[in-house]
Amino acid sequence: MSLMKRISLIFRSKANQALDKAEDPRQTLDYSYQRQQDLLVKVRRGVADVATSRKRVELQINQLEQQSNKLQSQAEKAISVDREDLAREALTRKSGLTTQINDLRVQHAQLQGEEEKLTLAQQRLQAKVEAFRTRKETIKATYTAAEAQTRINEAMSGIGEEMGDVGMAIQRAEDKTAQMQARAGAVDELIASGALEDVTAIGRGDDIARELDAMSKESDVEAELAALKSGSSPSPGAIEGGNNTQATPAQEERQKEEGQA
Amino acid sequence: MIVRILGEGQWEVSDEHLVELNKLDEAVEKAVESGDQVTFSQSFSALLDSVRTEGTHLPDETLHDSDLILPPSDASLEEVRELLEDEGLIPG
Repeated sequence: MSLMKRISLIFRSKANQALDKAEDPRQTLDYSYQRQQDLLVKVRRGVADVATSRKRVELQINQLEQQSNKLQSQAEKAISVDREDLAREALTRKSGLTTQINDLRVQHAQLQGEEEKLTLAQQRLQAKVEAFRTRKETIKATYTAAEAQTRINEAMSGIGEEMGDVGMAIQRAEDKTAQMQARAGAVDELIASGALEDVTAIGRGDDIARELDAMSKESDVEAELAALKSGSSPSPGAIEGGNNTQATPAQEERQKEEGQA
Repeated sequence: MIVRILGEGQWEVSDEHLVELNKLDEAVEKAVESGDQVTFSQSFSALLDSVRTEGTHLPDETLHDSDLILPPSDASLEEVRELLEDEGLIPG
């Protein structure tokens, strides 16, 4: 039983070191109870901290997904007006975002796991602290200081082990969250700096959105003209859907050149 | 005999079952010593599963210390080593 034994011994000696040491053993109970309350506060705060990190990652995923959807529809639009080069550019940028998003999803799952673990640790500790409180009152009411020692030791070692366990869970969660927060910070900076947000917005000469905008304005005019000629009112969805058959690719190409001139 | 899996809780395990636990424990220990990651994760999860399935889970409000303590299920080989060697994982 070597591995389990060794770990048990080390763990227990740590847990015992953490316990105390009052003149009247019954005071030890109150002192320990106070420390249990403190630890409960700490584990609750730990749960809240991990939840905050998780929400932050959720927000980032949403932002990047919106961006990704925008690029997807731009690619579709570009194809519908026969601009494979623009579609390719949009899809390339989208694939970069997809990598980011997948990475964030992994982080999100890990944070969720830590949050669940800490929540369970909190519940277990809460239950044990409650049991300890009852036991503490019974011991104080029933035994003299001399008689109480054994019962106190039992109660203390039972709770001490749980406290060591919870303390360790908090520390591990903190370590993991700290690592992820550093990475989340980097993504935030990236979003804030506009490197992701503005990827399809103004600023670049060959910008996808701008070119598509210019082209769809031309197509709008063409569609309205066609509608006037045929005597019906223009359909607003016709251009977006890419099923405007009035303008041939050659016409569009010409319009585009005129638009850019 | 009471076994604690850190981060999960405590189980009451019968004496008959200890023989099997010892075997599994030995395999984990060897893997930790040799630094064999694959064998470690296999034998370690087998050890934990054995406690969970053969043991009886104790209610949260049980105030009893454990006879044996096992590392948390997501502990890496390195973490187990630290747990055995220094004070890294257990806050004073």
